[in-house]
Amino acid sequence: MGEMDTLKKEADGLKAQIEAGRKAVNDTTMATLASGVAAAPRVQLKNRKTLKGHLAKIYGLHWSADNRHMVSASQDGKLLIWDTYTGNKVYAVPLKSSWVMSCSMAPSGNLVASGGLDNMCTIANIKGASPKTLRELDAHEGYLSHSRFLNDSEILTASGDTTCCLWDLETGKQKVIYKSHVGDCMCLAVSPDQNTFISGACDSSAKLWDIRDGGCKQTFIGHTSDINAIAFYPSGTAVITGSDDCTLKMYDLRADQEVNGYQDAALNAGVTSVSLSSSGRLIFAGYDNFNCNIWDSLKAEKVGVLSGHDNRVSCIGVPDDGLGVCTGSWDSFLKIWN
Amino acid sequence: MEDVIARMQDEKNGIPIRTVKSFLSKIPSVFSGSDIVQWMIKNLNIEDQVEALHLGTLMAAHGYFFPISDHVLTLKDDGTFYRFQTPYFWPSNCWEPENTDYAVYLCKRTMQNKARLELADYEAESLARLQRAFARKWEFIFMQAEAQAKVDKKRDKIERKILDSQERAFWDVHRPVPGCVNTTEVDIKKSSRMKNPQKTRKSVYGPQNDVRTHSPTHTPAPEAKPATEEQLQDQINYWGGQLDRHRLKMSKVAESLLAYTEQYVEYDPFITSTDPSNPWISDDTAVWELEASKEPGQQRVKRWAFGINEVLKDQVGREQFLKFLESEFSSENLRFWLAVQEVKKRPIREVPTRVQEIWQEFLASGAPSAINVDSKSYDKTTQNVKDPGRYAFEDAQDHIFKLMKSDSYSRFIRSSAYQELLQAKKKKSKNLF
Repeated sequence: MGEMDTLKKEADGLKAQIEAGRKAVNDTTMATLASGVAAAPRVQLKNRKTLKGHLAKIYGLHWSADNRHMVSASQDGKLLIWDTYTGNKVYAVPLKSSWVMSCSMAPSGNLVASGGLDNMCTIANIKGASPKTLRELDAHEGYLSHSRFLNDSEILTASGDTTCCLWDLETGKQKVIYKSHVGDCMCLAVSPDQNTFISGACDSSAKLWDIRDGGCKQTFIGHTSDINAIAFYPSGTAVITGSDDCTLKMYDLRADQEVNGYQDAALNAGVTSVSLSSSGRLIFAGYDNFNCNIWDSLKAEKVGVLSGHDNRVSCIGVPDDGLGVCTGSWDSFLKIWN
Repeated sequence: MEDVIARMQDEKNGIPIRTVKSFLSKIPSVFSGSDIVQWMIKNLNIEDQVEALHLGTLMAAHGYFFPISDHVLTLKDDGTFYRFQTPYFWPSNCWEPENTDYAVYLCKRTMQNKARLELADYEAESLARLQRAFARKWEFIFMQAEAQAKVDKKRDKIERKILDSQERAFWDVHRPVPGCVNTTEVDIKKSSRMKNPQKTRKSVYGPQNDVRTHSPTHTPAPEAKPATEEQLQDQINYWGGQLDRHRLKMSKVAESLLAYTEQYVEYDPFITSTDPSNPWISDDTAVWELEASKEPGQQRVKRWAFGINEVLKDQVGREQFLKFLESEFSSENLRFWLAVQEVKKRPIREVPTRVQEIWQEFLASGAPSAINVDSKSYDKTTQNVKDPGRYAFEDAQDHIFKLMKSDSYSRFIRSSAYQELLQAKKKKSKNLF
């Protein structure tokens, strides 16, 4: 197996060189610079609303671009669309397969997507007398872990078959396939300018992709276990990842490396979900231990806790106007806090 | 979690365990709920009772200690008595007890005729269900239960009490009371990958094998498959390409992130309270109504000066920008940019016609709203329009964007129209700074 060994040596050699290159620009740490910044106020959020209606574990939620509606997916086989302010359920979309893992809503508010162990992404139109299935996107060879609409004609999906995919909703076909991960893709997030997106996978790496040409532009390593959640910093120049290794990390795209890490020796639970406040200063992270921690993204300190769920927090979302944060849990409730 | 338990059980500094004299008999080896809460606050850096209760309830739910007279595994800060679970039953041993074991256990309970060991409703239901399911094996299960009951009878009374309660707690974790959290549940995304190499499939009551004590409180990453030759070659190509990437210095990067956050902190409702008030807190939807109206508030107008993207993101900003450019008779650039953005979102069947329309309006010779593009982009666009796709105008759009950023946008921000908008609200609203 001499060939394999030489190849492996070459690959390792390159990686080492890159690490050296990264270290070379490491002239200071975020912590040093952030020490000059005023501390974020101790955040004590109250539960303002609890949305009850699901009958089983909630696996995903997504705010609408109108900051008022939200779609949530649960293993009871339903997608519920809520008017969060009044707490009313506006629509209920029955799912063919109850093993749903994610859901999302288009920026226009006309379409919702869901998918899971059925390996398909089902798109439904919710503007009409009753929700209708528009398309079933069926080409992934593994479970559908995440999806996000770019607009009413295009959607990005992440799958357990280690690829991500851009679909054209009119034809129902794949337009671009993003191949590079060697582990199941667990999550994805679209950049504010919609030219790129990032994905996190079970190979402990996060990758930045060019949406148009399908190329992997950057890879971020450092986690030691599955990356379950990922989000863009609102400036679009950094990403936050949350992993089963119980830590969160901030990677900067221009420095091409980790610039900040969020961990606590006492914390023993994996991160399941992540979302940021509108300035990026606060990171809301949901954990396996039924809690949600709030971190100061610059100083890497814990500034608050959201406790109130009786089971794991599986998803978190902050609406575009940043007025609150919503947590969804295996206890079948959605709670809105601020 | 197990570290904390070990500390709790420590004789000197742990929680005082004692034997309580109760009504007719002694209750061995217990400690009260408030004991636990006190100890946690003292020893674990926990600030308040709520957090301590939460942590304690979690530990109880996982089965490390339990209330001796309740099936529901929570921690209460009062005199309720609790007992530690024996390490044999700890979750770290990765139990996946079978229903047959549960059947044996329930059956055994019915054999011991002590009032305190009577089955609860849900347990009786489960027993009935299991009897139906295992009808053929029932004799065997019955025999096992009998054998165990015999062994138990021989044990010392106090020891038996303790063991019984621990066994019951074990089953409370793995077969919880309906309505309680089942901490043994696994995320379906992970379970489809886990080959469960460490799950012990041995019977709870079988021969005592070696008990491995490792404690993953999170699932360990499964071993990565060794890379194939093709994968290695891909990796090499990829990393080779990344080698010459230009990396910005950490100091610059950190500074820019800090600057960004500082600039936007006043727009972050979690840090700076909004004006008018946050509807979630005050039940007043004024802030949403303001957003939807065409009248931009001063804060919103101020934001447009942060960068051209802010103006383009905000619908009212776009309108104001367009209005300003039209007054200068130079609006074709912005209109072109907006049209191209819009065509990128159209369904594919409408794209070719739209592309033609845009070409005619902005780029064809004699176009009514001719824009100025450099010759290279112009040639490329001419080619693209012959086979129109969503990105036909990409190069032209990039060029126009740069032009707008350096020229039109800066003029807009300096314009009297913009300044007026900025000042106008200042007089009316309270001074926020």
